[in-house]
Amino acid sequence: MTATTHQPIDSQNKRGLFQQLELDMRLLGMIGAFIILCIGFNILTDGRFLTPRNIFNLTIQTVSVAIMASGMVFVIVTRHIDLSVGALLATCSAVMAMLQTEILPDMLGMGLNHPLTWIITVAVGLGVGTLIGAFHGWMIGYLTIPAFIVTLGGFLVWRNVAWYLTSGQTKGPLDSTFMMFGGTNGTLGTTFSWVLGLLAAGAALFALYNSRRSKLAHDFPVKPLWAEAVMGAVISGSILGFVWILNSYTIPTRRLQRMFEAKGEVMPEGLVVGYGLPISVLILIAVAVVMTLVARRTRLGRYIFATGGNPDAAELSGINTRKLTVKIFALMGFLCALSAVVASARLANHSNDIGTLDELRVIAAAVIGGTALSGGFGTIYGAILGALIMQSLQSGMAMVGVDAPFQNIVVGSVLVAAVFIDIVYRKRLGAK
Amino acid sequence: MTDPKELRAQGATPLVEMEDISISFGGIKAVDGVSVDLHPGEVVGLLGHNGAGKSTLIKVLSGAYQMDAGEIRINGNKVEITNPRDARSHNIETIYQTLALADNLDAASNLFLGRELVTPMGLVNDAAMEAECRKIMGRLNPNFRKFNVPVSALSGGQRQSVAIARAVYFNAKILIMDEPTAALGPHETQMVAELIQQLKAAGIGIFLIDHDVHAVMELCDRASVMKNGQLVGTVDIDDVTDDDLLSMIILGKKPEKAAA
Ligand SMILES: Nc1ncnc2c1ncn2[C@@H]1O[C@H](COP(=O)(O)OP(=O)(O)OP(=O)(O)O)[C@@H](O)[C@H]1O
Ligand SMILES: [Mg+2]
Repeated sequence: MTATTHQPIDSQNKRGLFQQLELDMRLLGMIGAFIILCIGFNILTDGRFLTPRNIFNLTIQTVSVAIMASGMVFVIVTRHIDLSVGALLATCSAVMAMLQTEILPDMLGMGLNHPLTWIITVAVGLGVGTLIGAFHGWMIGYLTIPAFIVTLGGFLVWRNVAWYLTSGQTKGPLDSTFMMFGGTNGTLGTTFSWVLGLLAAGAALFALYNSRRSKLAHDFPVKPLWAEAVMGAVISGSILGFVWILNSYTIPTRRLQRMFEAKGEVMPEGLVVGYGLPISVLILIAVAVVMTLVARRTRLGRYIFATGGNPDAAELSGINTRKLTVKIFALMGFLCALSAVVASARLANHSNDIGTLDELRVIAAAVIGGTALSGGFGTIYGAILGALIMQSLQSGMAMVGVDAPFQNIVVGSVLVAAVFIDIVYRKRLGAK
Repeated sequence: MTDPKELRAQGATPLVEMEDISISFGGIKAVDGVSVDLHPGEVVGLLGHNGAGKSTLIKVLSGAYQMDAGEIRINGNKVEITNPRDARSHNIETIYQTLALADNLDAASNLFLGRELVTPMGLVNDAAMEAECRKIMGRLNPNFRKFNVPVSALSGGQRQSVAIARAVYFNAKILIMDEPTAALGPHETQMVAELIQQLKAAGIGIFLIDHDVHAVMELCDRASVMKNGQLVGTVDIDDVTDDDLLSMIILGKKPEKAAA
């Protein structure tokens, strides 16, 4: 009893290749399914699926749902649900559209494309989204109305608030700076993209090194050095490969000519310019990094997962679970507003049906990505990969020429099948 | 540390006084006008049949429930305990009968839940927490090895060790143990008994709920017996036998000779 020796640490022998790499088998399965899907579609479309152009488009189409899916992970992990994200996106988009097309230019007399328009618009939009989300969270946490009901009500309310705000009309064109958040209108260009890619790869390697050093400092087991090197190579390789692909998608000559004409210059003969990383994708990457950091390395994240695992225990441990609920839904609202920026900027206008069915896509992405509806489990990268898989499936089928009704039938079936496979997998692993 | 018995004889202010506590759930009086107190370095046993109201009483002190009527004093000062955070701020730590662990988190995360160690940047420091967890588990349950799995993968006794570690790690002044050895093997139970002696010697006041009358006789200074939400009586362990306690629990009557 008096001895204060440390607990011995399990030795490293007798472990399989995958265990040595400490890879998440679930993640590997998803990546595997995604690769098979991509190769399959590529064969069916005679190589049109895996072109830089299509990958570029797929990426920017995924961003909006993926941003919201990362927030949905926290919502579902704490055993709640949010059925209102698509409608909330519409309301935020409507508010921002009215601001930049009517209120700021006409009523406040700032004129079209004033340099401050986009900042004011985005700030107000994010504020509105966060407030509405916090209001949902307050009703769920403090008034103890089930999240299902609050957000089902919110689904009807916000969809129609958006309608009312714009009188159901399409509002556009949006502010020219604002539209840079959409995708093709706002890309970094190849040089910046390479610089950023190299920085990101460097940061990833540094993070790996740091985590190893901190484990060694506490005498915890570490992976063999070769495994660490393989991981580092794969991660930095993927980052740079992704940049390379997006950089290879070049701006069409016609469009490039018009861009030069707009500046009153003549385009040099044979000029080729790549798009590079879209700003919207950078936003998604930033969201993914920050949300992962929140989930794993902050108290907020720890409390979210603890509450999902056992709400009573969390409360008894002194966690204010009501306030936590407000924070989670406020964050969800913020991310809906961010998605509204990306989605409306991509479409170059606000239309009345923006975000329709997004709640289902977002929930499906989170669930396909391994977020358990029973609470306590889920990852940000899983949800984003889930969103990417859903979008690839949809675009792939469209390219192959599958009829619209069949597309949705397939997507729905895949959702159910994915969850079933997950249940089987968890059972075999002995986890809950 | 002065002997708690002497402290009581001198009429010193108790560490904790719970006076006339009542709480009911939908018309059922789970605790009905119960008063108990606790001195530093003292172990007070709470006894009673299933459903007598023991857990409910101590949950009032730990902030899990709010009492309908009554008063709680700590070192003679009236305190309001409306949630578990209040209780923690008074250095009250609790091992709940249900253990109150987040099953999806590992032992270290549970140990520090609500009080995570953080890096200078404010991020949770998992490595430091795991190191501390290994230290304290080394004292409490040297056979414990499962540091990197969720506690749902632990045995009942291992889970209980984690709950005990959480209560004793943070320098409690007042410790509430609701059947801490219910899931433990004989060796681990013996270690908890030794731990209680150590904590007692360090001047910590302990409320111990236990169905094992022998354990109560061995570890406690006094015992309070409850029946149907009411206090049957509080006795000095030195003045009673096992059979006296048993008859208090079963018959709900205090033996004549042993008034505490
Ligand atoms: N949250 C609750 N809601 C309704 N009734 C409750 C609640 N908690 C306890 N009770 C009731 O209050 C009474 C006392 O329960 P309590 O858990 O305090 O008993 P106990 O003495 O700890 O019993 P045990 O030895 O079985 O643990 C029981 O009748 C129980 O049904
Ligand atoms: Mg009990």
